Amino acid sequence: MTQIATAPSGAEAALLSVRDLTVSVKDRGVVRPLVAGLSFDLAAGETLAIAGESGSGKSITSLALMGLLPNNVSVTSGQALLEGTDLPSLPEARMRAWRGARVAMIFQEPMTSLNPVHTIGSQMTEVIRAHEPVSASAARTAAIEALRKVRIPEPERRMKQYPHELSGGMRQRVMIAMALVLRPVLLIADEPTTALDVTVQREVLELLRDLQKETGTAIILITHDMGVVAETADRVVVMRHGRMVESAPVEQLFAAPTQDYTRALLAAVPRLGTGAERAKPLPPAAPVPVARLVDAQVHFDIGASFLGRPTHRVHAVEGVSFDIRPGETFGLVGESGCGKSTIAKSLAGLVPHQGHVEVDGQALAGLTAQGRRDICRHIQMVFQDPMAALDPRMTVGEAVAEPLLIHGIGTPKERHTRAAELFERVGLTLEQMTRYPHEFSGGQRQRICVARALALKPKLIICDESVSALDVSVQAQVLELLEELQRETGVSYLFISHDMAVVENVVDRLAVMYLGQIVEMGTRDQVFGNPRHNYTKRLLDAVPIPDPLRRARAHARPVSDIPSPIHRIGNAPNRLPLQDIGDGHLVANDW
Amino acid sequence: MAGYLFRRLVQSALILLGVSFITFVLLYVLPADPVRQIAGRSATAQTVENIRQQLGLDQPMLVQYWRYLSGLVQGDMGRSYLQKTEVSTLIAARLPASLLLMAGGIGCELMIGLTLGIVAAVFRGRPLDQGLMVTSFVAVSAPQFVVGLLLLYVFAVQLGWFPIGGYGTASHLVLPAVTLGIMGSGWYSRMMRSSMVEVLRQDYIRTARAKGLTRARVLIHHALPNAILPIIAMIGIDIGIFMGGIVVVESVFGWPGIGQLAWQAIQRVDIPIIMGVTMVSASAIVLGNLLADFVTPMIDPRIKLR
Repeated sequence: MTQIATAPSGAEAALLSVRDLTVSVKDRGVVRPLVAGLSFDLAAGETLAIAGESGSGKSITSLALMGLLPNNVSVTSGQALLEGTDLPSLPEARMRAWRGARVAMIFQEPMTSLNPVHTIGSQMTEVIRAHEPVSASAARTAAIEALRKVRIPEPERRMKQYPHELSGGMRQRVMIAMALVLRPVLLIADEPTTALDVTVQREVLELLRDLQKETGTAIILITHDMGVVAETADRVVVMRHGRMVESAPVEQLFAAPTQDYTRALLAAVPRLGTGAERAKPLPPAAPVPVARLVDAQVHFDIGASFLGRPTHRVHAVEGVSFDIRPGETFGLVGESGCGKSTIAKSLAGLVPHQGHVEVDGQALAGLTAQGRRDICRHIQMVFQDPMAALDPRMTVGEAVAEPLLIHGIGTPKERHTRAAELFERVGLTLEQMTRYPHEFSGGQRQRICVARALALKPKLIICDESVSALDVSVQAQVLELLEELQRETGVSYLFISHDMAVVENVVDRLAVMYLGQIVEMGTRDQVFGNPRHNYTKRLLDAVPIPDPLRRARAHARPVSDIPSPIHRIGNAPNRLPLQDIGDGHLVANDW
Repeated sequence: MAGYLFRRLVQSALILLGVSFITFVLLYVLPADPVRQIAGRSATAQTVENIRQQLGLDQPMLVQYWRYLSGLVQGDMGRSYLQKTEVSTLIAARLPASLLLMAGGIGCELMIGLTLGIVAAVFRGRPLDQGLMVTSFVAVSAPQFVVGLLLLYVFAVQLGWFPIGGYGTASHLVLPAVTLGIMGSGWYSRMMRSSMVEVLRQDYIRTARAKGLTRARVLIHHALPNAILPIIAMIGIDIGIFMGGIVVVESVFGWPGIGQLAWQAIQRVDIPIIMGVTMVSASAIVLGNLLADFVTPMIDPRIKLR
């Protein structure tokens, strides 16, 4: 555990040398270490990935290096020497002068990391003028140059824009430009691409790599994603519960991990191209599908004319048709804003739709309130954030029994028995039923949500990014549970995810969505084995591969934002007709 | 934008129409008889009846209301029963004093409230924060007539720093403005504290710190504009509460504003004055809210008026 990760060129050449760093939180008089005895070296121009699951102390490490720890958290022992100067013991005034100039940081959430009330220009020039005595116009020139370097189109115009006018990927580019404008020797990137769509992630990672080549900045990349590690890092430090588990050059770590934890972590990573190994016969089409959409559309009107009438329309779902067969897992993939969650909501009757949507042979349109409630029994949902999906003031036992109560099924005793059954089924214990959601871990909470979804014995469970917020090891367990439940009960899943590798491992058939329309649909083997639409190919290409030997070659791509699904009223988007290219493999014919 | 303004103005006019109708009905069903007040105790039944007819108070309520309303849209607020003067003249003479007092009061409560709120947020959880929050609670709970009299006793009578009452110089304004502002400053310090605490937790504040900006710059340039947004909407609503406070404070300090005018009119059932002051106050509230809604998008570019 006390092995030191030395840079290839030896410790003297290290730019940053962390020695036995311990960071502790003081909570009601009790001092508890969050990071204990961490040591590593980083050479100039090198990329070190700190990988680990939630609670491993990787983010705390980065905040400690920046001197940005919360009030009750502090470095209690050890050193972090940047070119010989110990960062944690620097007085705040000197640390402040270094922050943003010599050591810079970018964060996970580009949507919230920029101040919404100031222009991009003001936030860019601010960092320059805080550290260098330059004129406003010189700062402006430097800022525009920095924006150009991160390949933002029309940098002059962006300077006047506010953060909300830019997409997530553009905002993360602005963050990178802001961090690198003063040419820091060390850049700390804390989950820089986790909140981004996979194609944007690819662009941002390539950008970071190119900029590093140009400037020689050393990068500490903090991530939970082993695919990202494999694609970008030179060396890796694996952390768990605040301690270093293993440290090695990236090829060595992936090829021959020495620690059990590292092996388990790597084994749990979903990989593209492994789905076919899990051969399972495709459930046959039944006379009555569990759910059927025919030319479904969901529109939202926005904007207001002089008299308050809407002027524009969001075409969230535009002419989507598919069936879900009994006992199958149907995947919906696509990037944020493509309409996949809106389809789920329209199936559950949560947003008004046009076109034909039926569940268990019954059309949703024109149902009475009672009919709607009866249909709800057949469709349940499991959401992305289990903490937000459970009432914090209700015991989890009550939460699981609640669907039965709402539908007036059984006596209180029978409901309790059913809830207890479900609890055992999803791998929780009976005495946990009287506890509250905050007493559980993320994975356990998601199991509770699954139990609740099962309570009414539904025909279809909609899993909307249900495993996206979980650590990979937990994610694998929950996916396995879902699969077991399907074998036992014959329930169908509508599996919505942005993670192509996970989707390949769980679905039978899938549809790829882009801007509210399906561009490709077919069985897993058809779509993953023989992707035909350009967009599907781009999505698959962008998935980071957890194998450093298969690193994608860097090539500068033109930066592109996904066009907007908002159109002027009366000016609907073109429908993409789907063409059958054999055995039900449908592809939009604009490819 | 123009469409938004137009719709908001129509809305405002409807609100004022509603206010005028409700107030009129309430005054009509009031058991006190204005004619008795005008005629005096010794007047004969005939005299009373004559005055009633003369003022048109014998007409059905809706007719009376219609007459008042048609006058109002032409800018005629009627004549005071007892002072025999145009209500608009009376109000116009006293409005500047009230507006001055109100500006003083709002300035005072924002200055005290926002400053204390920011300080409390920066020192959250520490003794200074707790002390400030207890103080703000006292400020919120203290009735204005008590605060007014207390301030008068200490700073005017005992210390002699400010005049006891009246109107004219800046030093006349200090005590009434502070009295009026103290309660609101308690509210604003609490709201500003929670808003600021929330903002200081945001990712963009962490970004600002990671850029190496000074604490002061992070606080004033990055946190303050975001934290103040919910407060602005409150100021618009707050003008209504102020109107109530003005009646009390003007009486305590002998401030010649519309609050005093209203107070005297209520005692004597001088309906046109009561109506007039109500309509002017209601317009101030409506205007205040309108202004608040137009200031917000100037600070927050995400808000678009439509």
